[in-house]
Amino acid sequence: MVKLTINGIDYEVERDKTVLQVCNDIGIDIPTLCHDERLEPYAACRMCLVEIEGAKNLQTSCSTKVREGMVVHTHNDKVMDARRDVLDLLLSNHPIDCLTCEKSGQCKLQDYAYEYGVREGTYVGEMRNKPIDDSNHFYTYDPDKCILCGLCVRVCDELQNTNAIGFEDRGFGTIVATPFDQGLGNSACVSCGNCVSVCPVGALMPKYDTKFRLWETKKVRTTCSYCGVGCQMDLLVKGDKVVGVEPAFDTFNNGLLCVKGKFGYKFINHGDRLKTPLIKKDGEFVEASWDEAYKLIISKIEDTKAKYGADALAGLSSARCTNEENYMFQKFMRAAIGTNNVDHCARL
Amino acid sequence: MTNTIEEILHTDAIFIIGSNTTENHPVIGATMKQALRNNGTKLVVADPRRIELADYADVYLQIKPGTNIALLNGIMNVIIEKGLQDREFIEKNTENYEELEEIVKDYTPEKVAEICDVKAEDIIKAATIYGEADKAGIFYAMGITQHTTGTDGVMSISNLALLTGNLGKESAGVNPLRGQNNVQGSSDMAALPSDYPGYQKVFKEEVAEKFEKAWEVNLSRKVGLTVAEMLDAAEKGDIRTMYIMGENPMVSDPDINHVKKALESLDFLVVQDIFFSETCELADVILPAASFAEKDGTFTNTERRVQRVRKAIEPVGKSKPDWQIIMEVMNLLGYDKKYSHPSEIMDEIASLTPQYGGIDYVRLEDKDGLQWPCPTKDHPGTKYLHGTAIARGKGLFVPAKYKESAELPDREYPYIFTTGRILYHYHTRTMTGRVEGLNKQVPEAYVEIDEVTANKLDIKDGDKVRLTSRRGSIEVGAKITDIISEGVLFMPFHFAEAAANYLTNPALDPIAKIPEFKVAAVKLEKID
Amino acid sequence: MMSQEKLREIKENARPLLDERLKVEDKTEVRDGNIVLKGDYYKKQVRIALRNCEIILPESIEEYIALDGYSALGKMLFEMTPEDVVNTMIESNLRGRGGAGFPAGRKWLEAFKYDADQKYIICNADEGDPGAYMDRSILEGDPHSVLEGMAIAGYAIGANQGFIYVRAEYPLAVKRLQAAIKQAKEYGVLGNNIFGTDFSFDIELRLGAGAFVCGEGTALMESIEGKRGMPRVKIHRTAHRGLWQKPTVINNVETLANIPVIFQRGAKWFRGIGTEKSPGTKVFALVGKVKESGLVEVPMGTSLREIVFDIGGGVADGKAAKAVQTGGPSGGCIPVELFDTPVDFESLAKIGSIMGSGGMVVMDETDCMVDIARFFLEFSVDESCGKCVPCREGTKRMLELLEKITGGNGEEEDIARMESLAVTISTGSLCGLGQTAPNPVTSTLHYFRDEYEAHIRDKTCPAGHCQALLEYYITEDCIGCTKCARSCPVSCISGKVKERHVIDTDACIKCGNCMEVCPVGAVILR
Repeated sequence: MVKLTINGIDYEVERDKTVLQVCNDIGIDIPTLCHDERLEPYAACRMCLVEIEGAKNLQTSCSTKVREGMVVHTHNDKVMDARRDVLDLLLSNHPIDCLTCEKSGQCKLQDYAYEYGVREGTYVGEMRNKPIDDSNHFYTYDPDKCILCGLCVRVCDELQNTNAIGFEDRGFGTIVATPFDQGLGNSACVSCGNCVSVCPVGALMPKYDTKFRLWETKKVRTTCSYCGVGCQMDLLVKGDKVVGVEPAFDTFNNGLLCVKGKFGYKFINHGDRLKTPLIKKDGEFVEASWDEAYKLIISKIEDTKAKYGADALAGLSSARCTNEENYMFQKFMRAAIGTNNVDHCARL
Repeated sequence: MTNTIEEILHTDAIFIIGSNTTENHPVIGATMKQALRNNGTKLVVADPRRIELADYADVYLQIKPGTNIALLNGIMNVIIEKGLQDREFIEKNTENYEELEEIVKDYTPEKVAEICDVKAEDIIKAATIYGEADKAGIFYAMGITQHTTGTDGVMSISNLALLTGNLGKESAGVNPLRGQNNVQGSSDMAALPSDYPGYQKVFKEEVAEKFEKAWEVNLSRKVGLTVAEMLDAAEKGDIRTMYIMGENPMVSDPDINHVKKALESLDFLVVQDIFFSETCELADVILPAASFAEKDGTFTNTERRVQRVRKAIEPVGKSKPDWQIIMEVMNLLGYDKKYSHPSEIMDEIASLTPQYGGIDYVRLEDKDGLQWPCPTKDHPGTKYLHGTAIARGKGLFVPAKYKESAELPDREYPYIFTTGRILYHYHTRTMTGRVEGLNKQVPEAYVEIDEVTANKLDIKDGDKVRLTSRRGSIEVGAKITDIISEGVLFMPFHFAEAAANYLTNPALDPIAKIPEFKVAAVKLEKID
Repeated sequence: MMSQEKLREIKENARPLLDERLKVEDKTEVRDGNIVLKGDYYKKQVRIALRNCEIILPESIEEYIALDGYSALGKMLFEMTPEDVVNTMIESNLRGRGGAGFPAGRKWLEAFKYDADQKYIICNADEGDPGAYMDRSILEGDPHSVLEGMAIAGYAIGANQGFIYVRAEYPLAVKRLQAAIKQAKEYGVLGNNIFGTDFSFDIELRLGAGAFVCGEGTALMESIEGKRGMPRVKIHRTAHRGLWQKPTVINNVETLANIPVIFQRGAKWFRGIGTEKSPGTKVFALVGKVKESGLVEVPMGTSLREIVFDIGGGVADGKAAKAVQTGGPSGGCIPVELFDTPVDFESLAKIGSIMGSGGMVVMDETDCMVDIARFFLEFSVDESCGKCVPCREGTKRMLELLEKITGGNGEEEDIARMESLAVTISTGSLCGLGQTAPNPVTSTLHYFRDEYEAHIRDKTCPAGHCQALLEYYITEDCIGCTKCARSCPVSCISGKVKERHVIDTDACIKCGNCMEVCPVGAVILR
């Protein structure tokens, strides 16, 4: 354990933690744009700067480990001024189009601008002006909105390990790009969207087909319905529609999804969905009520059973259905019909 | 999986055989790559296709389709030869080691190299990496199981893990990667002809009595039919009525011509689905089901983790959740048990299924779910299996000899045809086929052809080709690639328009009844 | 295999040949028993790092050995433990010559103490300051002294592998290093079992691709690892987790070149040179408006005046000296009034500049200090890696403010904006490049604030340098030849033949044609 003072209060905390982690633990909110607990500290955005007495410069709390006797100020004038200046610099090179930006309401830059009272960038000068990369089928990259926090690049490298994107050029001209500027659609990108999930601003955006503001949606935690990994994710729901998916960060999938989990939700509200029972009459399917359909099914089941016995019936359950449904299905076959002729596609 | 996904991060060696992990279980694939990157984990990959992870592997074995068991025996041969087996573990925890030793003795690296068409030194290298690792995990999928020798394949994997003491500890184990979201759960829940939930056998009297008492009905002691057997029985007229919930055998099952004939022979077919699938065409009644976003429930993932599915929106149109439809049909048939919410079904499951005994919806509110076995309400769930003792007391070595696949290439059908999944689609594409981006990414079926074969037959990338097996014929676009061995053709099975399963061999593994999707003999012609 | 006897033998054979060659060439003399270069320029210099430069043939390992080369390495392998070597380094208090002045011995100690299966030595030869060529001269003139220094460092900390990260723009240095490494291995002073002992040490070259930031230690390591050269987060010491996360000592060329001599003559001797806190010498690249530019190696503590006037001969063309800029783009401008300041790490820092790697640019009265600041800042803007916000965005905005001022559009509040921005950049940037990037601006704002104010308030450039603030003017010397009026592309010059002409400054586009064609020099800028 280590003893230190933060904002005038003494704490005893675990060794080996960073100042940022300790502040999070004790409920001091320190802003970050480039930090992600899953990744190596990066210390690029400089929003988490704090003053540590005795140190020449302000220190990034994300990359500074606690030390015995440390005296830390997280919100004094010097620190607040520096954060405001950082925000001012970022906003001076960022289109202020929050009114129409898709990210509005879930944008960290917007949130901090609000919190720190930075209305606009005050430096008038050159602004980044690069074309949007629209070549991927699932998301877009707008370099002009990018704040170069590097989260996308590092998630792609350190967690997804695909290394499809990196930084191109340097200094003020730096952007995130694929090798030889071939565009995301022609790169090693596997469209997992794990970069999109961590972009703090509107630079990497899913190609949504419904417009929504985050505050109009509710998040519903559920299990992905594709492969057997069972990643946890949040469905973004607006009204009667699933409009987006975000990975769960606090479960075993650790904020990761694949292309199907992240972007494959659009089948849910697809127009092709079966919406009513159908009965085949003279080779054509016609719409029917549940009652009609049930009546027909019951009579056929009872018929078959009466004529040929219960073992002339068989049922296929589904690996796509829930446990409860599978349980119900086998119970239905066994208890209500009386046969063990039940199987599913575990082998396919 | 005997072990847990998170444990991969700390394993010393990963052996992947018959799993294209980064495409079919992408998040597990990424986790493996994290281990390689951060933990110095070594990687051995055996697969007929040079899958992405092969590029990360310390040893990559491009084996001939259908030769898994030879390879596994060869690896065990080297491990025993080098004295890398865990003698103490074998002594304490296993039976029948002598027979294993006897059988694998013949599988020298040189002999296996010839069977599998790989280098003997690579087999030795792979065996050394796996054998020397303190904690080594084997990961496999349908590349092992979808063979007429699938059960032997699984047993051989288990033999290898037992031989090296890689069971019952963290970051090791035998880890089948399940293909579909709830394939683990639907087996646990006994959508199986021989079992009640929790793998309790239908023919065991005490089991049957337990369920009769709980369900208050008389139950059959006779083992039912598997999918393949049902279809055969339907064709013969022994099965008259079928009820299919959320399955699409007209794309997913082997030898589609046969499936079609079987389903057409039925008197009555009910299909319950969220979309109008290829199988719906043959139905007499179609019932509209709610999707996973429209209902409450649970899925059990590949690491035995039971997790919540939560209702986000109302069922679209007049559709209903599957559990509700089944309950209503059941009630109308005179079985009057009613449930108002899936949580009540889970309570019943827990009362009858030892592995799920401690699971309920209140506990499942925990973000991490619960990993079975979880026998009691105060049991925390089980991260890895066999921690205290092997499930059946002692681990039994069940050695197997290598057998050839049921159908081998010959003069008329000279190529080996194998099938699998790809990243951008899922099963029979009823869902992914309706996601625009995924369809743009991979719009249609293709067959992977190696460069030499393509050159011989003058086939260019994108050319239309005809593939014919003893069971059927399809036309499909060619994709020329260098990731596959000469004479092997690979095709994703997702696409109904050119369904690979017109060609596949319905020959079954005698025990697991799994069809041999991974090896069939075909001929290949360019269409001008 | 090399042995100490064999080394002595080579030396004994090579020395007479060297002496003979030098006698013929007649550019050296012997002073205090050392061979030194002749001439006034060298008289006041004390050359340790440059001791062999221009004296020995750089391609010849024999000539290096003739002047005691590799004797220090040979001796220590038999007579000193690695710990002794580290202690000697600490005792010498040799401070890093790359800029920050961190004691090399302490770096070594950290890496020495840290237990690991693999350790590395890196020679930072990514010299990038504009106008600086100290390291280049050593690499080209005396590559073996660097190799020997690295091997000594390797022995001290227990590393068997070294890397020299050298700019690809130094092809001759690369060639000489390659040749030297090859020779050294052939002679058994590098490679396996050096001097027949258990100690093995190999050196490989890595070529930089021209990014200034790769001179920053951790960015350099990223680059060697094949990644984009961006500074790392300073959460671990590189002496514990450096290259490929292994303990690594990184020293610059000049630092390494000092090391063999320290072990030949002892730490005490070394401490006798220079000042107490900054022992030894420092090499400077004396350039700019000085009469005799070139490399100067003097004891630490020598005053700027001695360097600029006594060695460099003062300002050229009879103009008055105005300032000297030390420390490259991260350094500051020191006004002539402070030329008595001794040159050492602490004294320079006190007056707002830095030692840096040894750039020293002399400015005269015609140099505009605002524009000088702009010039150096532009370099930093171009060379920012783009990782952290203050450096990437802040230096750019500061440059834009300077351009605004030199362009004649400066506003009163711009100075305050620059000052506050300078604080954000220097206290908030990730690496040394950003932290020091505002120095040219802050130091000129401090010492030459009047020049800024003249640009902003009076719209004039006192040094007569900033084009935007100047006007062309025709003096009384005009003979009315009409050449200027005829060459003016916008016809803004009027006047009768043989009468004095006048420029309409509102219409003038400042192309300078008139000035160029005037036969009597009557057109001036003012």
